[in-house]
This record gives sequence, structure tokens and C-alpha cells, in this order.
Amino acid sequence: MGDKLIRSELADLEGYAFDEVPWTTPGPLTESRVAVVTTAGLRAEGQPDWNPGDQSFTVLPRDRNDLVLSHYSPNFDRTGWIVDPNVVLPIDRLDEMAAEGVIGSVADTHISFMGAQIDYTLETIRLDTGPAAARVLLDDGVDVVLLTPV
Amino acid sequence: MGTLASVLEASGIATVALSLIRQQVETTRPPRALHCEFPLGRPLGRPEDPAFQTSVLDAAFALLDEPEGPVLVDFPEEITDDSDAPLVCTIPPADTGDLHPAEAEARGLLPAWKRSTEAYGRSTVGKVVAAEEVPAVVGLFARIADGEDWQEVGLPGDPTKAAADVRNFYEEAALSLTEAVPGARQAETWFVGHTAAGDVIQRARVAMKEQGAGFYFWYYLLPATQHHDPGDR
Repeated sequence: MGDKLIRSELADLEGYAFDEVPWTTPGPLTESRVAVVTTAGLRAEGQPDWNPGDQSFTVLPRDRNDLVLSHYSPNFDRTGWIVDPNVVLPIDRLDEMAAEGVIGSVADTHISFMGAQIDYTLETIRLDTGPAAARVLLDDGVDVVLLTPV
Repeated sequence: MGTLASVLEASGIATVALSLIRQQVETTRPPRALHCEFPLGRPLGRPEDPAFQTSVLDAAFALLDEPEGPVLVDFPEEITDDSDAPLVCTIPPADTGDLHPAEAEARGLLPAWKRSTEAYGRSTVGKVVAAEEVPAVVGLFARIADGEDWQEVGLPGDPTKAAADVRNFYEEAALSLTEAVPGARQAETWFVGHTAAGDVIQRARVAMKEQGAGFYFWYYLLPATQHHDPGDR
């Protein structure tokens, strides 16, 4: 019921789409290095809190017990994250898939942005922080990114 | 998030986006999206259910086999939130003394919050105050609810962040007062509708709105799904 209301309120939300959808043809999944990029507004303990309108990103430490879900919006459930961070950042599942050979490897680098941005054109993300995050991932040899919202 | 996926894809990284709001990916057209009609905040669907989470990842990575895009596929199973079924928790008794009942209630929940934090190893409390300071913040919101100027009571920063610390403290404490992993929004509905602090923040929200506080400050004080204004009920 609660989510239904939020979804209906967001039905007409504006968004930015590229004129041409970019396309990168991936190599075999079994050889791909996979990272997660989430828009959950995660931060490491001690890092500053997220504020509305912040289009920056943070590189996440490997130990998720140091992570805090700090998204500014109160409009989604947090208890799932507390009980099992894999429900947002599925690193344990990816580690299992790598051990089973389903994916090549799990990246050392995972990244968080924050969703529910006020500026729907995402100008800073498109022109600055998005490409900068991509460079960080490419430096880690990442081939495939899984994006997770909240 | 769809736009971000396209930015990463344009940089040479193949992307698969999980989606929780279908209209958003329809509008932003990321290269590959798996729409998951799951509770907001739980994009992998079910906490502590590795098999289910893996099935979501399998479905997402299968989209990498598509020859061209944009691709938008729906995960076949839906999960709804449980906001209509609030948690049932027995709130520990607390020594009230001269404290506002809501502040005393929050003090009484500190041991439960500590047990949860030790059990799970993480917390979302701490935007502007530590857990130990939450009861005092509840007391400040009680003063706003009772008519004092919200700018004068001495809130320790952005009121929405202070309210988030209170709500998250309660929801995390509740995890130690129930047996099963709660469904999405069960703790939220319990906090807002069944605790003294939830009632205080609801009334503070209405009071701030009436005092002319900026939209952001009163609107984000509680989830939009839990706004009850006088005359609603």
C-alpha cells in the first residue's frame, strides 16, 4: 500500500534520456569483472551525510559493516538493509557467483550515488561525476556494472 | 538511475539496472533494465533469502545476452510492502520521572537498539545525533508539537535529519523486539502509528507546516505514506 502511493506520486516524474541509447557489447559473463553502483546514498562511517541535490559519488569500502545508508528521502524501507545489506548491495551473492564461475570476478571497487535527485537533468552526473566514476571502475578493470536503486 | 546507467555505458562499461519504479526506466531508457516490482528500499527483493536474490541477479545478467537495446524486462514475481500490517512490539517500560512520555519511551528503547546494532553490525542512526541523544531530540519535537517555534527549541541541525535519526532508532530497536525479519514498511507503520515518538513527530510536522516552515523541512519529516493531517482521520 505504501509503495503503491509513492509509485503513483512518481508516475509523472521527469527524467533525462539520451537521444541515442549508448550500447557497449559485453564479453562473456564468465570472464567479466562485475561491480555494483547503487543510488542508495551509502557512505562509509565518518564520511559526511548525503544532502538533497548532491550529485557526487563515493567509493565504498569492502567491509560493508562500515557502511551507512544515508539517503535523504524517508520514503523507503531501511529495515531490509539493516538485516541483510545484500538486499541493496549484493556482494555476497556476487562472490558466490564468482566462486561458481558464473561471473569472472567481483570488483574491489563499488560506488554509491544518491537517487531522488531534484535536478532531473542530472547535469553534474552526466558531465562530471558519472564519467569520473566510470574512470574509477575502468581503472579496476570492471566490465559489467549492476545498478541498484532504493 | 537510468541516466547514470547510460553515462557508464557510454564510457565503455556494460550495465544492467535493477528498476523499482517502472515509469522511471521507461522515461530514462537505460540500455538494459530488469524491473522488479519489489518494496522500495529492497531492490533484491527479500533480505536473508540468498536463493531469491540470486534468481534476481540471474535474470538481470541474462539481459547481457540481448543483441541490442534498450531492453526492459519485468521480473516475473512481485513482492508488496506490508505497511498495512504494523509490527507488534511490546515497548519496554521506562522511568518517566519528569520527562515527556515520548522521551521516556525512547530512553526505554536504548537497550533494544543496542542489541540490534550488536546483532546486525550496522545502524542508520547518526545523521545529526548519536543513538544516546535520540531521547532528548524526541523531547525537542514534543515541544514543537505542543506549540513552540520549531526554530527556537534547539534542534541539532536539519529537522528532517533529526527526525530520520529518531525513526531509524525506533525501527532498529524494533528488530530486537520481534521474532521474524519484518516485511517492508512494517516497522515504519508501527513507529508512526503505535509509538508516542511517532505521534510527536506527526504533530510536530503539522505544527511546522502551520508555522510556515519550508516545504522540505516539514514534508520530509516522515514518509509521505504516513502523513496524517488534522481532518484526515
